[in-house]
Amino acid sequence: MSKNTVSDRFRKVDVDEYDENKFVDEEEGGENQLGPDEAEVDSLIRQGNLMGALQAVLKNPPINTKNQNVKDRAEGLVLKVLSSFKSTDIEKGVQSLDKNGVDLLMKYIYKGFEQPSENNSAVLLQWHEKALSAGGVGCIVRVLTARKTV
Amino acid sequence: MSLYSFGLEPLSCHAWNKDRTQIAISPNSNVVHIYQKQGKEWTKIHELTEHSGRITGIDWAPESNRIVTCASDRNAYVWTLKDGVWKPTLVLVRINRAATCVKWSPLENKFALGSGAKLISVCYFEKENDWWLSKHIKKPINSTVLSLDWHPNNILLAAGSADLHCRIFSTYIKDIEDKPGPTPWGSKMPFGEVLLEYKECGGWVHSVCFSPSGDALAWVSHNSAISVANATQGKEVTQLTTGHLPLLSMLYVSETEIVAAGHDCCPYQFSYKGPGCLEFVKKVDIPKQSSKGNMSAMQHFRNLDKKATTEEEETGLGSLHQNSITQLCILEGPKAKVEKFSSVGLDGAMVVWDFKH
Repeated sequence: MSKNTVSDRFRKVDVDEYDENKFVDEEEGGENQLGPDEAEVDSLIRQGNLMGALQAVLKNPPINTKNQNVKDRAEGLVLKVLSSFKSTDIEKGVQSLDKNGVDLLMKYIYKGFEQPSENNSAVLLQWHEKALSAGGVGCIVRVLTARKTV
Repeated sequence: MSLYSFGLEPLSCHAWNKDRTQIAISPNSNVVHIYQKQGKEWTKIHELTEHSGRITGIDWAPESNRIVTCASDRNAYVWTLKDGVWKPTLVLVRINRAATCVKWSPLENKFALGSGAKLISVCYFEKENDWWLSKHIKKPINSTVLSLDWHPNNILLAAGSADLHCRIFSTYIKDIEDKPGPTPWGSKMPFGEVLLEYKECGGWVHSVCFSPSGDALAWVSHNSAISVANATQGKEVTQLTTGHLPLLSMLYVSETEIVAAGHDCCPYQFSYKGPGCLEFVKKVDIPKQSSKGNMSAMQHFRNLDKKATTEEEETGLGSLHQNSITQLCILEGPKAKVEKFSSVGLDGAMVVWDFKH
């Protein structure tokens, strides 16, 4: 066989990168987004002020940043708050959020679904049910259509 | 409210003639059927077969009685009725991708065609050479143009596209029309000028619509939201996110009321009173009252035998349309006070809705 059929490295080339007509999202500066304040949220959880912790953890979502660590940290913090709620309080927690808050919460919930673990799946599903009744299917559609997400 | 089923095939698009006695529809194929109303029934009187690709847009000019059709075969035809037969004239739109939508301008001297080639083709008739010419608007469109709507001044054109932007362009062609006067959207309007470019639509912009006066522009996008830009308030945009499935088509039924419909299979009414005041009013469809009367023991066992369940399962949707609504069209009434509008959907049905102001 001739030599140039030996290597199949060409199969790993991402041809879409070289497409001139490729749709590029507009860049928006996200370097300053640090995600929710860990100290503030932790202290609110310790005080037992779970509603306050929920509001605090949904502040400053790291939507525009490209830093994966910031995003992971934010997700971890959100999961911590969601898990510390009692099942019966989840509905009240969701009611305390405004429209944008419910949308953001749904984004974090789906992010959590991406990495299922023993602890968080059940909790996430309970939150998902309540957030769905508050935000409707439109809320889930917005998670799917968002170009930049948490 | 009345429903007429045109068969099982989804209806991609529809258009009415001037007195609403004829309807042109395309059943998800490369053919346009024209039906004539006869009492309560519709009978097919013409078949327009020239396109080789799926028809994506039909528009019927009421005054000049011409039909323009566009399809995924990258062509557009203008049809004129001669001796009872519709004759096509090819329009050189010069696009290298499918056409997605087409609309006659208010004065019917030009039409705009959106395409997957990331451009809008504005076509007008040149009397000297007896054919249709086209001018392209390319910048700054970055993806497929999904929807178009004309401003009442016959010059401004709104375009919603898949690059998540909603824009207003000027389509002033000096060979065929006079210079337009200033509007709240702007005063300098050379061809291709961008008078509004909104980039945070949040999703593909499926449908755009100017208000009857032209001072406001509303659009629906795939993130289940409806937005309105108000020219008289500094082009401020108000967006309302909904809890429904995305809307695909919308209409202004008065200066402040909007009707939109989409994947939820029923039209919704929204009201815009000013910046920050965009709200959901109600569902236009009255849900079918399911009669859960007392079932006799005989019926119980019969159900158990036939369906292995005693519950009265409704397999249809509660709405009139049984599948997504793809297009809404004004039927009766001027733009500022629409009395009736029509909808077609993927279920092959056309429904006429009454609107009470």
